[in-house]
Amino acid sequence: METLAFIAANLPVIGQRTLEHISIVSVSVGLAILLGVPIGIAITQSRAVADRVLYVASMMMTIPSIALFGLLIPLLAPFGYGIGYVPAVIALVVYSQLPIIRNTYTAIMNVDPSLREAAIGMGMTPLQRLREVELPIAMPVIISGVRNAVVLGIAIATIATYIGAGGLGVFISRGISQTDIRQLITGALAVSLLAITADYSLLAFQRWLTPRELRS
Amino acid sequence: MIRLERLTKIFGTHTAVDNVDMEVGAGEVCVLLGPSGCGKTTALKMINRLIPPTSGKIHIDGRDTSGIDEVQLRRSIGYVIQQIGLFPNKTIEDNICVVPDLLGWDRRKSRKRAAELLELVNLQPSVYLKRYPKQLSGGQQQRVGVVRALAADPPVLLMDEPFGAIDPINREVIQDEFMKLQSSLKKTVMFVSHDIDEAVKMASRIAIFREGRLIQCDTPDKLLSHPANGFIADFVGSDRALKRLRLMKVGAVMMRDCPVAKPEDSLDRAAKSMEEHGLAGLAVVDDQRRPSGMIKLEAARGRQGQVSDYRETLPATINVNADVRTAVSVMFAHAVGWLSCVNDQGAVEGCITQGAITDALAPALGRT
Repeated sequence: METLAFIAANLPVIGQRTLEHISIVSVSVGLAILLGVPIGIAITQSRAVADRVLYVASMMMTIPSIALFGLLIPLLAPFGYGIGYVPAVIALVVYSQLPIIRNTYTAIMNVDPSLREAAIGMGMTPLQRLREVELPIAMPVIISGVRNAVVLGIAIATIATYIGAGGLGVFISRGISQTDIRQLITGALAVSLLAITADYSLLAFQRWLTPRELRS
Repeated sequence: MIRLERLTKIFGTHTAVDNVDMEVGAGEVCVLLGPSGCGKTTALKMINRLIPPTSGKIHIDGRDTSGIDEVQLRRSIGYVIQQIGLFPNKTIEDNICVVPDLLGWDRRKSRKRAAELLELVNLQPSVYLKRYPKQLSGGQQQRVGVVRALAADPPVLLMDEPFGAIDPINREVIQDEFMKLQSSLKKTVMFVSHDIDEAVKMASRIAIFREGRLIQCDTPDKLLSHPANGFIADFVGSDRALKRLRLMKVGAVMMRDCPVAKPEDSLDRAAKSMEEHGLAGLAVVDDQRRPSGMIKLEAARGRQGQVSDYRETLPATINVNADVRTAVSVMFAHAVGWLSCVNDQGAVEGCITQGAITDALAPALGRT
């Protein structure tokens, strides 16, 4: 009851924090797509390069988020961006790379080789083949990589409150430091709701992209 | 017209295609045949440069293709593959229009053409144009695969075991449809197959490959009757004489002056005409020469009376347009030594006997 009262009394602040959270995640996943999808496509050209790139991307995933934020402070401080929004976005771009690159790469590698042969045999250039055949077929898997990245990003952005990036993590960190269970639950609930909503919206988007006859 | 000149492909130390010289005339269907790994597919794929040749030249309609940009070249050559390769993300209509779209055709023109082409392979455009490949059966998909290759009206068609993955019943139907299409379109076709029966059925010429070399390139009849060596004789099969039966039409082998009997004829007269022509039976026909039964020699000989008294039912007839293999099969199925040959109106035009079939095969059998 107390928590409900807290939520009711603080709706405008919760809304504000949610927008901050969405802003961090959407900007960083947006950048991650612009970076990761071309990388995923490029590495389909060489198995050896692909293995290395995916290895590095997996390594980056294993860095604890709080440590990465810490690492970014001395790196970005000379430019005046040691803490706050910018390092939060950079960290999330780093974490989003693995699901996006891996899914893009796997999806394109899994396109039936006979389709590639047909496309080349009919006189498509490599770019036409990518645009007309490979990307449309790979799209559902790429989008599911983006969904992974978004859910992951929403969770990690919660930690970014410790470097002053705002977002819903503020309720959780304050709840912990002030032993205020109301703030803690509010923050946790809001983050979970946001993650579920984002996941389902992207799923709906993916279905909308697929022609009705091809939906399973 | 396609001409290969000393065409060679070497992969590392392995020579996949070895100095192949051949020519396929305009409107011909040339089937490249051989065991797997014999270089037939490699030879085919060098023509649209999916595999770059190591040396040698390829001329299409007199033009050396090495000077043509490979993308432009491929757009001017129809290509059908065994795995069909329809794009699952595109409708049937858009699949058929891939090459016209790449060539920048007017959209209305290409979509109209897609509908016409579907009609040619007995798929109703209003039903199938907007469907996706996975909503079609395998046989229907390959029909679309074939018309897709024809969409931009290329003079040359390359087909890589196009009907290999289709069940035997549908395969026969699609082969027949393709032959019908080909008889009006007259494309120059290179067709890879490993199925001698398919080759005999489709080809105007068959090119047999072995270990990268072209061993014999001849008409199906020539190849079956005069295989150049033991390998080819083995490859085409010990039943190659039977395979030739498929190349012959009943109408060409039957006796046209074959006597028939009327119901009111005397048995004596029927027996005489059978003995004269060396026949074991006669078809009994009505005024329009339609068969109503048969009379056997042993029933007519030495008996008094009319043919209609000893008339038996005719077990089977054969259409004059059928191939001789079918005729033989009907003979064996009914345990008879002769068949009445009827035209499309059902009138008797002649008869075919086992002896006549043997004679028809004989002239070419000088060397076996």
